[in-house]
Amino acid sequence: MDKNDSFMNMPDDNGHFGPYGGIFVAETLMEALQELREAYDKYLLDADFLAELDADLQHYVGRPSPIYHAERLSRENGGAQIYLKREDLNHTGAHKVNNTIGQALLAKRMGKTRIIAETGAGQHGVATATVAARLGLECVVYMGEVDVARQEANVYRMRLLGAEVRSVSSGSRTLKDALNEAMRDWVATVDDTFYIIGTVAGPHPYPAMVRDFQAVIGREARQQIQEMSGSLPDALVACVGGGSNAIGLFYPFLDDREVAIYGVEAAGEGLDSGRHAAPLCAGEPGVLHGNRTYLMEDKDGQIIETHSISAGLDYPGVGPEHAWLKDTGRANYVAIDDDEALAAFHLLTRTEGIIPALESSHAIAYALKLAATMDPDQKVLVNLSGRGDKDMHTVASIEGIQI
Amino acid sequence: MSRIATRFAALKTEGRTALIPFITAGDPHPDLTVGLMHDLVEAGADLIELGVPFSDPMADGPVIQRASERALAHHVSLGDVMDMVKVFRQTDEQTPVILMGYLNPIEVMGYESFARRAAEAGVDGALTVDAPPEESHDLVQALRGQGLDSIYLAAPTSHRQRLEMIAGAASGFIYYVSLKGVTGSANLVLSEVEKKLAGIRAVTDMPLGVGFGIKDAQMAAAMAKIADAVVVGSALVSRVEANASKPDKIGAELKQLLQEMRAAMDAV
Repeated sequence: MDKNDSFMNMPDDNGHFGPYGGIFVAETLMEALQELREAYDKYLLDADFLAELDADLQHYVGRPSPIYHAERLSRENGGAQIYLKREDLNHTGAHKVNNTIGQALLAKRMGKTRIIAETGAGQHGVATATVAARLGLECVVYMGEVDVARQEANVYRMRLLGAEVRSVSSGSRTLKDALNEAMRDWVATVDDTFYIIGTVAGPHPYPAMVRDFQAVIGREARQQIQEMSGSLPDALVACVGGGSNAIGLFYPFLDDREVAIYGVEAAGEGLDSGRHAAPLCAGEPGVLHGNRTYLMEDKDGQIIETHSISAGLDYPGVGPEHAWLKDTGRANYVAIDDDEALAAFHLLTRTEGIIPALESSHAIAYALKLAATMDPDQKVLVNLSGRGDKDMHTVASIEGIQI
Repeated sequence: MSRIATRFAALKTEGRTALIPFITAGDPHPDLTVGLMHDLVEAGADLIELGVPFSDPMADGPVIQRASERALAHHVSLGDVMDMVKVFRQTDEQTPVILMGYLNPIEVMGYESFARRAAEAGVDGALTVDAPPEESHDLVQALRGQGLDSIYLAAPTSHRQRLEMIAGAASGFIYYVSLKGVTGSANLVLSEVEKKLAGIRAVTDMPLGVGFGIKDAQMAAAMAKIADAVVVGSALVSRVEANASKPDKIGAELKQLLQEMRAAMDAV
């Protein structure tokens, strides 16, 4: 293939994915981002670093994660065969750790002694606290007050792991405000602190770096599904909040043009209700958190509050590479509402004995719809990005059960 | 010559350092802003930085973030802020006004439209915190096309190559962020600021303002010795906040702090 026709050459040297991405931060952070970029460029090609990362992914995270043919679910749904990439089986229960391991090893090489992170559902916070504990690094996790209340168990897990959880009470008191607060911390502490961003958003080099750490998902899956079924899948499906699990699965398939790609956003109470978290489906391009991308904003350019049953998808922006993949038409972006996600959560649990995270349930729900329109000899590969243990309280309370 | 350049040239002739107060437009109520701007001028302001409220002010500390939240409770938009400047200009044609804010409201309005409307309202320049030189070429072109200045930040961490890039993009003056942190942070070290300012002067003749962390008259006077302008924000906005429920008192409170700073600065 001509290099210019590839979808895998982004971003450019300044972090742009077409009109998206970039480095939209105050001057106070430019030097820190430059330092990070130089370190990342260096270690990305460093055999020792890559060997250490691979060893950790194998022995600590438990990679490769398997793919699983959900035969009973596929039969019950009808249509194409559904395969699951089992990121839920990773240490800490989600795909997030692929990235935190990578960034924490980078932090160590850069001589940083303190780690900070933002978290929404708490999965990235737990994955960060976990690697900080293992590497003996000080760890501070910023979390919106609203999320602290609805994700109590993960807050406790982070504290057990030795992290300090700082509750953020500004703005909408959710993930976006936690990110603002982490950035403020970093501005003042850049000398000894490494900021581990949990998704493929933020200023360059984060969107590219997090993608590269998460692309292990797609590299494994691309090989595994060919070994298991003899060919590439017809379609990929993954949920998109910031979009790290999705880009991790999609990226190694971008130049396999015959593979259709679907990113699934959270429609919350419905796209028409305005209460959702679907910037690609119903937002506009703008600038937030260091990059240009699709955003949930009002007519004055103020960022608006999002809604999703899933705290991990409750974010008003999205990674810039997804914005670019949308505009180029290489990937399709769709939305699944709270009720559809819950129904998929129950269906997968009952037919396969796998309890998915509410985030991943959005991907399952869309995969079921898509598979139903396809033939039984076709294949849909879904990223099961996390397990649902953390969501027991949310699901039980919807059913009026106190646990 | 732009209003900002004219003002700095006059100050240089008089041997004085500019005092630049910052308040957030619409805080605590949109009806008060124009009156407060006149109060600031009366108390000795040479230029005014008017904050455009934004929902996610990443580079600001809690004091200025809360000011944004108070203004946004009244849905104060970028267009509203320009209307306030237009009213201010009806009775003050001399004092330069700079809009300080974040890029997204400008993106939504469109760069050309923003520059045109700002110029029509009597705005003199814009400091867009999250639009560094690398990302603001088109914005600068739009502003220049309307004769508006683009003010840029320089930071303690900005090395020479970056300072040259900033100086190339900036006009009006350069705003040196005197400490590593957000607006309203703790203490700054005078000798370090002085050293850094010398480094910036090596790459540009533009006036240099210093801000972030200037809380009182004593600090303002110390900065006046080494800088061409002193910017004071959080210290003023804290007084707005403390009197948000007694709006009649805000003007007098701001004037008092500013007059103290002005007197101390003029005494050096």
